[in-house]
Amino acid sequence: MWQELRTELYPRLEIVTVALEARGSSAARPWVEKAEPAHPSLIDEAHVLATLGVINVPTGIWVDEDGTIVRPPETAYPRRPAFKDRPVPANATPLQREAIELTRRLNVEADRYVAALRDWVERGAASRYALSPDEVMRRSRPRPLAEATAAAHFALAQHLHAAGDSALATEHFKEAQRLHPSSWTYRRDAWAIAGPDHPAIYGTTWLDDVKREGAENYYPRLEL
Amino acid sequence: MIFRYARVSAAELDGIAGWALKPEGLCRGERCVPFATASHEGIDLADVARALGMPLVEEPRAGLWALGPEAGSKALQTAALPDITLPDLAGRPFRLASLRGRKALIVAWASW
Repeated sequence: MWQELRTELYPRLEIVTVALEARGSSAARPWVEKAEPAHPSLIDEAHVLATLGVINVPTGIWVDEDGTIVRPPETAYPRRPAFKDRPVPANATPLQREAIELTRRLNVEADRYVAALRDWVERGAASRYALSPDEVMRRSRPRPLAEATAAAHFALAQHLHAAGDSALATEHFKEAQRLHPSSWTYRRDAWAIAGPDHPAIYGTTWLDDVKREGAENYYPRLEL
Repeated sequence: MIFRYARVSAAELDGIAGWALKPEGLCRGERCVPFATASHEGIDLADVARALGMPLVEEPRAGLWALGPEAGSKALQTAALPDITLPDLAGRPFRLASLRGRKALIVAWASW
């Protein structure tokens, strides 16, 4: 998804994609191999990036030449995703129709984001999109004790899942979700592991949660 | 950050959590936090958690402990990108710090 932009902007900008996949590289491999990225493509099984404030995907973080974050985590699409224009098939079930229509309403601002990125690559620190360290810190998500504890539970869950103890892993996935209810990554990765049975195990679905929390809140408006 | 024992050696703490035990305390990069409870029997993770403001979660059924990130302020401690190393598809470690000298966009994504 990012290779085209990387080709355009490299070597002035490097892109590094990080797959948040508690299942490990096997889950990401088909996607990565199909994309054939020239840029580094990494795997984050324990959701280490969550400690920087990543709570959904796709999320971008801008880092300057000195290793300083100049834009903290925010929604990052390189182009308008297909789901924004997906037609509802004539034979769609009511549930399928609802899911497609809800997904179309998600807030995606790919054009604004990529224009800002190009401006930063061109103008560097003079770009108005490159934030000062004070502004980066102001925008950084708070990390209360509950969310920090959720990170520990998620790491335990991932470790237990990898060790084959799915029952105990599920307990810790649930606890991570309870303690950090605004994290979509904790929810969705655990659901992916559970597979089609996840509504029975976790008591909810993506559609239920988006409806409850509001499609307009799934991807917050970019503060560019 | 997963541990198999409630008490760890200084080398284990440094290797897993990235905090080195030095005379001035627990240190990560240029930042040091006072820490004086280490003994020759090892470092108690509960003491580390208390000193660094990190939650410590125990899973006794599996004999595991997990330290969470520092709590109470912001997700980012400073605007400096933390020293994070992650593997690529082949398992080769990649340090995000190696991107220095060039602008970088780090993108979190998922297959799900």
